[in-house]
Amino acid sequence: MREQLNNNKLLTEKHITGSCIISKGKVIKDGVTLFEKDTDLPDFLLSIYHHFQVNYPKFYKMDNLSKLGWLTAEVLLKDSFQHDNYKPEDTGVILANANSSLDDDIKYFASINDVASPSLFVYTLPNIVIGEICIRNHFKGEQAFYIQPEFDSDFIAQQVNYLLDKDILQTSICGWVDVLEQEYKAVLFLVEKKKNEDSVLFSAENMNNIFINS
Amino acid sequence: MSGNNINERDVFVVADNVLSPLGKTTAENFSKLKENHSAVKQHTNTAISPLPFFASLFNTHEQFVKADEHNYTKFEQLLIASIADALNGSGIDVRDKKTALIISSTKGNISLLETELNNPDLKRRITLSTSAALVADHFGFQTKPVVISNACISGVLGIITAMRLLQSGEYEHAVIAGADVISKFIMSGFESFQALSPQQCKPFDIAHDGLNLGEGAGTIILSTNKKYAQNIKVKGGSVSNDANHISGPSRTGQELASAINKAMLDAGISSADIGFISAHGTATVYNDEMEANAISIAGLQQVPVNSLKGYYGHTLGAAGLIESIISIQSLKQNLILPTIGFNKGINADKINVCSTPLRIKANNFLKTASGFGGCNAAVIFGK
Repeated sequence: MREQLNNNKLLTEKHITGSCIISKGKVIKDGVTLFEKDTDLPDFLLSIYHHFQVNYPKFYKMDNLSKLGWLTAEVLLKDSFQHDNYKPEDTGVILANANSSLDDDIKYFASINDVASPSLFVYTLPNIVIGEICIRNHFKGEQAFYIQPEFDSDFIAQQVNYLLDKDILQTSICGWVDVLEQEYKAVLFLVEKKKNEDSVLFSAENMNNIFINS
Repeated sequence: MSGNNINERDVFVVADNVLSPLGKTTAENFSKLKENHSAVKQHTNTAISPLPFFASLFNTHEQFVKADEHNYTKFEQLLIASIADALNGSGIDVRDKKTALIISSTKGNISLLETELNNPDLKRRITLSTSAALVADHFGFQTKPVVISNACISGVLGIITAMRLLQSGEYEHAVIAGADVISKFIMSGFESFQALSPQQCKPFDIAHDGLNLGEGAGTIILSTNKKYAQNIKVKGGSVSNDANHISGPSRTGQELASAINKAMLDAGISSADIGFISAHGTATVYNDEMEANAISIAGLQQVPVNSLKGYYGHTLGAAGLIESIISIQSLKQNLILPTIGFNKGINADKINVCSTPLRIKANNFLKTASGFGGCNAAVIFGK
């Protein structure tokens, strides 16, 4: 169907030029395990922050969903993403998860019997992690947060293809960031209109292959 | 004729519904607004807040779905009732594999945390995907529902997502519904932010001092079928991020302005073609200042602007839908509604806020929204 309607113009080839997975106590970038620790989630996230020697004090204020997504983006982009190649509005962030911000919602709601905490309340929206990634990287392009029972690679691929084919974006981070209590999984992809040595064609199938192998 | 690709399909508005404390249909709502009725009132309800507060709320225990055998939550009932009215007589076949369902909400069933025991069943019950599946099953949609939860731009983002899914030919029709319910969870959060006005809110007014929250649902049905070619179109849209702060808007308004400019480009129109603007206009100082800046940067400082927040409060994930639907009525009836609560503006050189009803013939309007996380969205509807 997509081929049919776009038959009047050449589709730009798009490539997954990087991926980062944080799941099951491991940080995996482009298929290589960079860090491993068997511990609870808050400690794991802090250990990743220290391991990669990041200096970003705002990290400590984030909820677990933002910490997880932000760290995954940080490792995904580190030494791989050429910020200078893109204008702020050329880069988008398209994410999805199953549990929205429920992990923080539960913590915020527990706080209100005492004093409702504005610093917990602000994280009771799933798209705040997108905001955190955009602030860090100065990304000002399109963004969206979708809720899906499981990672819907077809839908995410459709969205990202549309945005890149129409030149609304030149590059996009997309993927899955989900946390609920001790259950967590983040898989982010960097999609660009150019190849690199290890890139694979951007497609729902190739995203799925990386996603399920994590 | 939208966009720069002439082969792209036009997207037409087929039908819509606003379900609010003012009325159960778009027509009921618009007639109440024409009579200058506001749904924002002072409430005393300790289940929501220990102190009296101003908000637009449905009556406690009001049922929206008759003979409910499924134990739908209030959130789901609002979606179902709104979608049912919009579908009624529209001729849209929800069982068609080319009909999409899009649901927008910020907090959905979050009030269940207040009343139910926290256990794995509750965590499943509370997810937006569970609600979306229940709503899809209720009507018999055959396609996987798309669920958007992107703070206060959720409703506008739903319309933009649908427009793109239709333009690209993925679907022929789309039903976009948004709803949010106000409970202790949401009220206490906005209280903790000191973002609530102690009176009816005053968007863009010199005395603006915070927002009112509101409950409601809105549904828009879109189609690319040429039999609707005489209807209002969704012509273009764009989304941006401030990359500035997670709970405060851009200092400059440049990013919302950029979304507005790109939406106009997408629609193939210029600032001179915009007849009026339905702003986000929450009546918080930060939001209103940022929006006035953005509107001025986009060269729209002379264009009449209204905010409907004084009528409905901030209906969160439903706001973009409800306010777009009311503005579609304005376009059809050549009547731009005033901004209730607005008297004297602080940014008269940057923004032209309507304080009285305006009878003008407009061809297009711009709807904007901004939210936590630094997100902005702009969509253009037109004849």
